[in-house]
Amino acid sequence: MSIKVTMPALSPTMEEGTLAKWHVKEGDTISSGDVIAEIETDKATMEVEAADDGTVAKIVVPEGTENVKVNEVIALLAGEGEDTDSVSEEKPEASAPQPAEDADEDADEEETSGEDEKAPAPPAVKVASDPELPEGTEFEEQTVREALRDAMAEEMRRDERVFVMGEEVAQYEGAYKVTQGLLAEFGDRRVVDTPITEHGFAGLGVGAAMAGLRPIVEFMTFNFAMQAMDHLINSAAKTRYMSGGQMSCPIVFRGPNGPAARVGAQHSQDYASWYSHIPGLIVIAPYSAADAKGLLKAAIRDPNPIIFLENEVLYGKSFDVPQLDDYTLPIGKARVMKQGSDVTLVSYSHGITYCLDAMAKLEEEGIDAELIDLRTIRPLDIDTVIESVKKTNRVVTVDETWPHCGVGAEIAAQVQAKAFDYLDAPILRVTQKDVPMPYAANLEKLALPSADEVIEAVKTVCYR
Amino acid sequence: MATRSRSSATSRKKPSGKSSTAKSSTAKRSTAGKTPARRKSASGGKSASKSSPAGFDKDEDLKAYRDMLLIRRFEEKAGQMYGMGLIGGFCHLYIGQEAVVIGMQGAIEDGDQVVTGYRDHGHMLATGMDPKGVMAELTGREGGYSKGKGGSMHMFSVEKNFYGGHGIVGAPVPIGTGLAFSNQYNRTDRVCLTYFGDGAANQGQVYESFNMAELWQLPVVYVIENNQYAMGTSVARASAQTDLSKRGTSFNIPGEQVDGMDVRAVREAGRKAVEWCRAGKGPYLLEMMTYRYRGHSMSDPAKYRAKEEVNKMRSEHDPIEQVRKRLIEQHKLSEDELKSIDKDIKKTVNEAAEFAQSSPEPDPSELWTDVVELSEGA
Ligand SMILES: Cc1ncc(C[n+]2csc(CCOP(=O)(O)OP(=O)(O)O)c2C)c(N)n1
Ligand SMILES: [Mg+2]
Repeated sequence: MSIKVTMPALSPTMEEGTLAKWHVKEGDTISSGDVIAEIETDKATMEVEAADDGTVAKIVVPEGTENVKVNEVIALLAGEGEDTDSVSEEKPEASAPQPAEDADEDADEEETSGEDEKAPAPPAVKVASDPELPEGTEFEEQTVREALRDAMAEEMRRDERVFVMGEEVAQYEGAYKVTQGLLAEFGDRRVVDTPITEHGFAGLGVGAAMAGLRPIVEFMTFNFAMQAMDHLINSAAKTRYMSGGQMSCPIVFRGPNGPAARVGAQHSQDYASWYSHIPGLIVIAPYSAADAKGLLKAAIRDPNPIIFLENEVLYGKSFDVPQLDDYTLPIGKARVMKQGSDVTLVSYSHGITYCLDAMAKLEEEGIDAELIDLRTIRPLDIDTVIESVKKTNRVVTVDETWPHCGVGAEIAAQVQAKAFDYLDAPILRVTQKDVPMPYAANLEKLALPSADEVIEAVKTVCYR
Repeated sequence: MATRSRSSATSRKKPSGKSSTAKSSTAKRSTAGKTPARRKSASGGKSASKSSPAGFDKDEDLKAYRDMLLIRRFEEKAGQMYGMGLIGGFCHLYIGQEAVVIGMQGAIEDGDQVVTGYRDHGHMLATGMDPKGVMAELTGREGGYSKGKGGSMHMFSVEKNFYGGHGIVGAPVPIGTGLAFSNQYNRTDRVCLTYFGDGAANQGQVYESFNMAELWQLPVVYVIENNQYAMGTSVARASAQTDLSKRGTSFNIPGEQVDGMDVRAVREAGRKAVEWCRAGKGPYLLEMMTYRYRGHSMSDPAKYRAKEEVNKMRSEHDPIEQVRKRLIEQHKLSEDELKSIDKDIKKTVNEAAEFAQSSPEPDPSELWTDVVELSEGA
């Protein structure tokens, strides 16, 4: 049998080209790798290399021929010990495959048949509810800061692979004192002070996680995580997918996020919407100390890269924390903080404080609001929100992201798609104003959301 | 990594208390041989000067004295006003480091650019920006350089070629390199002074900048203000190569250590570096051995260094005292003459403080201005 030399493609989209030149003639002996011809399209030229050893038995397509279809036989080679004459008499057309045209037809068919081409629906994920607290559980009043520290310490005791790394986390015990006492208990193998090198240590954390460690990488604030953004998104978030599920990146990136007082544009912003945009990341932003503890512990055990957004303003706030040996909470589950019938407030992290203030006043005016703390922003527990909307028929979202493509925008889009018929009013958002954070005290106040704005939005959707 | 694992063996002893943890760690580092002799006496300032710099004449010393004293008094006032709640957020004082900016300012000409981080008040005053406008920005008032919208860390002056004022550690380095790029592009002979800290010197973007600057021979003087600490982290705890003047070596950027507490040494080194850049020979690196007396920002537990260390720097190497002494001993200035300078400066600073309190808060409409420049069509 002869060896067929076919017209190659210069690119995946090329269909035909010109056979510009033959470098061999019939009867020449060639070996694989020899340049035997040149082809051209309007965009490029390419040399054709022989893929086999043999003798050129027949040049099927003469040089200078235009519109030669990709995969068409352009020459026949006689293999070792074969007779070139008999080969040259074979009818190339008969045996030449015509994949190009076949492929075209197949493609057409597929396009018209439709069904198969559609992306399948994403799998539904069932998230467990918060565990029931055993009867007689005692509570201790703790600050969010202490709860976070305890969560890390407990997980470090439990799992040797867990370590904390970041700027000033060890000797200084954290710029916001969240890692207090960790160096003393765990030593500097597991509590690691880094240079100011966010891009470097975030990437290093990703590598360590790929190798099976469980890094907790603290950003002094999430403003500085922007230095490390490439590793958070391109390295951490996409590893599992790009490796076809072989490799995971179990890492927690944590630190204070969101507006802080009077620190100006470069140190004051809520990144929840940024990270929530990224498939592959899990984004958690708790409000209370108990949630901070239960969710951080769950995050450290979780096999995925997690963005754990804390809030500087909330660090010193105290809450009741259940005193259990191992208090973890399900990631991806919102909490209905207060039942209500007139309007649903959807918020998280520091946004909750505006809601609580507003609700106290709204109650006086006879408006009964339901408050949902998302706790996890991605995956978003939209079901809990929808259940509430079915009851209240009105939604106001409250968060400190910017409005444009912010967290509230996503909630509004999902609610109108899933509960359009239940809505009695447009969904309103209370957000940070669409400007960089100003430093001046009066402007900063204006830029931030407020309880008054929540009240106003609620009244608007309630037509009051 | 080798030193890390070595040191972790020591830490398994489980130190009992927090302070002892800190101590044992520090000790480990020096036994690991990572702390260069130079740093043993945390007096980076003095030991860096190799030969004594050329002296200043009376007028030069007088000017240096005034300029440095203005910064010192301005910062002291800012500290007080912070304590009174008139200034908010982060406020990083420059006290102790005055000789660096004043010496470098004496090495450049009008039109040369300056860019730095968030410890920027001294740089602004050195470039000749109005203390009133700077102080009013600290209080977030309309009369501030950014109309109150920037704050302590974010201020700019087109007029004085001061390009900020940046809150992100490391960010000024490529920006300064870009300013130098523009000088080359526009075929001017301007030079850009790019200041950053010893902690900032570990950011990756610094080295990306170094490479481009040398590759393209950009006229930028990198001034590392090595005040020995990045917040609570000493240089030795964060840097594999603690001689930061060598940080440009693999890019072929010449570098030297300078006694940053001696304004004469700074100016001399600065002139050499600036001349190098202006001559088209590419970037130059100066490591200023200096010291900050105050905390990193207004809230600083100050547990990472001994009080004696600070006191020693203040009493033996203070940049202003050095000049004051020369003014009296060499230039025979009388106490009265000095007093009248002090009085002058005090007046300037008090006026700035007053202005910063009487200037109104920005108009609420300013919330929405300066975000983008809207064109006719938009
Ligand atoms: C990218 C980034 N990471 C962290 C911080 C927080 N931070 C502000 S100043 C500072 C220390 C910088 O030290 P150094 O460069 O030595 O300058 P110095 O404060 O001593 O003038 C840190 C970690 C920041 N502003 N930006
Ligand atoms: Mg420093």
